[in-house]
Amino acid sequence: MIKADRIFGLVMILVALGYLFSATQIQTSFLSDPVGPRVFPYLIGVTVILCSVVLVLRPDANADWPGLSTLLQLAIALAVLIGYSTAVRPLGFIIPTAIAAGVLSYQINPKPVTAAATGVGLSVGLFVLFKMILGLGLQGFPRGWF
Amino acid sequence: MDILSNLAMGFGVALSPWTLMLAVIGCFIGTIVGALPGLGPSNGVALLIPISFSMGLDAISALVLLTSVYYGAMYGGRISSILLNIPGDEPAMMTTLDGYPMAKQGRAGDALVISGVASFVGAFLATIGLMLLAPLLSRVAYQFGPAEYFALYLLAFCTLGGIGSNNQAKSALAAVMGLGIAMIGLDKTTGMPRFTFGELHLMDGIDFLVAIVGLFAVSEVFFFIESHGKNSAIGVVLDKVRVPWRELKRTSGAMLRGTGIGFVAGILPGAGASLGSFLAYVAEASVAKDKKAFGKGEPRGVAAPEAGNNAAAGGALIPMLTLGVPGSGTTAVLLALLLTLNITPGPTLFTERPEVVWGLIASLLIANIVLLVMNVPMVKVFVKVLSVPSHVLLPGVTMVAFVGIYSLTGSAFDMQLMVAFGVLGYVCRKLDIPTVPIILGILLGNAMEDNLRRAMVLSNGDWVYLFSSPISIGLWIAAILGFLAPMFLRRFLKRPEAPQDAIED
Repeated sequence: MIKADRIFGLVMILVALGYLFSATQIQTSFLSDPVGPRVFPYLIGVTVILCSVVLVLRPDANADWPGLSTLLQLAIALAVLIGYSTAVRPLGFIIPTAIAAGVLSYQINPKPVTAAATGVGLSVGLFVLFKMILGLGLQGFPRGWF
Repeated sequence: MDILSNLAMGFGVALSPWTLMLAVIGCFIGTIVGALPGLGPSNGVALLIPISFSMGLDAISALVLLTSVYYGAMYGGRISSILLNIPGDEPAMMTTLDGYPMAKQGRAGDALVISGVASFVGAFLATIGLMLLAPLLSRVAYQFGPAEYFALYLLAFCTLGGIGSNNQAKSALAAVMGLGIAMIGLDKTTGMPRFTFGELHLMDGIDFLVAIVGLFAVSEVFFFIESHGKNSAIGVVLDKVRVPWRELKRTSGAMLRGTGIGFVAGILPGAGASLGSFLAYVAEASVAKDKKAFGKGEPRGVAAPEAGNNAAAGGALIPMLTLGVPGSGTTAVLLALLLTLNITPGPTLFTERPEVVWGLIASLLIANIVLLVMNVPMVKVFVKVLSVPSHVLLPGVTMVAFVGIYSLTGSAFDMQLMVAFGVLGYVCRKLDIPTVPIILGILLGNAMEDNLRRAMVLSNGDWVYLFSSPISIGLWIAAILGFLAPMFLRRFLKRPEAPQDAIED
């Protein structure tokens, strides 16, 4: 069976090679100190490769990775969070928060009514807490609604 | 009598009604954060840093609030350990061994009171130890030049990785991943961009708060979705809570021994509270005459690890404040707080900003008394909070994480970066790669490189300079030992498995 550690080790080796290549492109100024801006990144890249080689050669036993349906759930959660990061600025706090919190709640406990109530409750509750009580600068609704 | 006058100044800062109120609020939030499974002290403090920063709290207020949360979480972790057999946070794991059997025998109230008092003893004595030792250590720290600091950072990574993980390669990988992330942004010496790939958002580097909140808090969401929130605590009942004076007297020795062991474990860089409570329990069980009672509901088995874990929390503040090198995940987060507030920890902190240090120490003493009151007579309140269902709790925590980062940076890019760190945290924890070294690497990376380069400027590029003073040679040896020794010791000091059959029985 393929060990997850091996895959991760290989990925990290590729990342480290990219990192080392990128480090060779760092511009140094002629007034630089004896070490310069490249040496420490080189050390880092080489250490990453050493550790990753150990992972590839001597991987640990696999953890329980989630099945396909759970992976799909995780992907949905990820999409919600990324969508939320993008939407909260133009759309204001309340609507995206209610949707995102509701979806996450539904994913943990699949009861539509509870999830919807949780979403709306959290959104309004947190808005009141952060905006009115703690005085953070949050925008409640899309600009130009009120 | 320097200490007394300094302490008086500290209390002058800490006893204002405003700071007192912050301490009480912090203790309350902290206990809840500690008690809720899945929300540890690192999480709690990490979530609150951006919020307290956006609220515009001044340095001392923010420090008081968040260290109260830190101590509170250390107290709170025991509540779910005892009642549910689920450690509320990692250091509270040892408390499940005897705490949960006590609860099953109907002595949950006793176990909560004993562990609450043990927490108080551990934390209070450790704070006094901090008061006495930190100024001494800060004087030693004046001897440190760039070569010594470089070796010290290395020591922190090595011991943290050596002790905190089951696989040295993985913890070392985590540390260098963090260091690599820290390199992103403009190079301070030459002003040239590194690893920014032309992305303007990356010019300032990656904000460590974004990384911390992502790795600790957002990754938790993925775990809860995977497990469908099975680790929630509904239907816990707790009878009347009385103070078992006889048991308290019987366990006082265990508390004091646990405090001593935990405090020393806390001071060691990289060891932290989990090791403190582990060693305290093991030591207590091995000196006891009736070894067989341990694991079956022995009050001393509750008192020792709780005293140890809280004492370690206090001890861990010493290297963080005097050297700027955190000993655990949570102190790493507190270091992030100090850096956010523009306070540079280190020996100069004690001479240049004494009001910060002594105000902090005084507020820790106050926080302990507040926490004793909250955690013994008022423990029932927190038991109620434990029954918040996870399908409300987790979305709530996630949204708080977003609010914090959003109000701090106001940028969608940073929030997406936070989500990316959440995914990284999930993958790392699945692969048993510790995330604390990543944080430490991001926090210390630039300082570590800076010290290396300054050392090389002093020596004109001669690398032997790194090993030229007795202090730095000692640190290098300690670092190598700290990294390698756990490989051999692991056979003898096996960590107990995390309890899994919590809900079924």
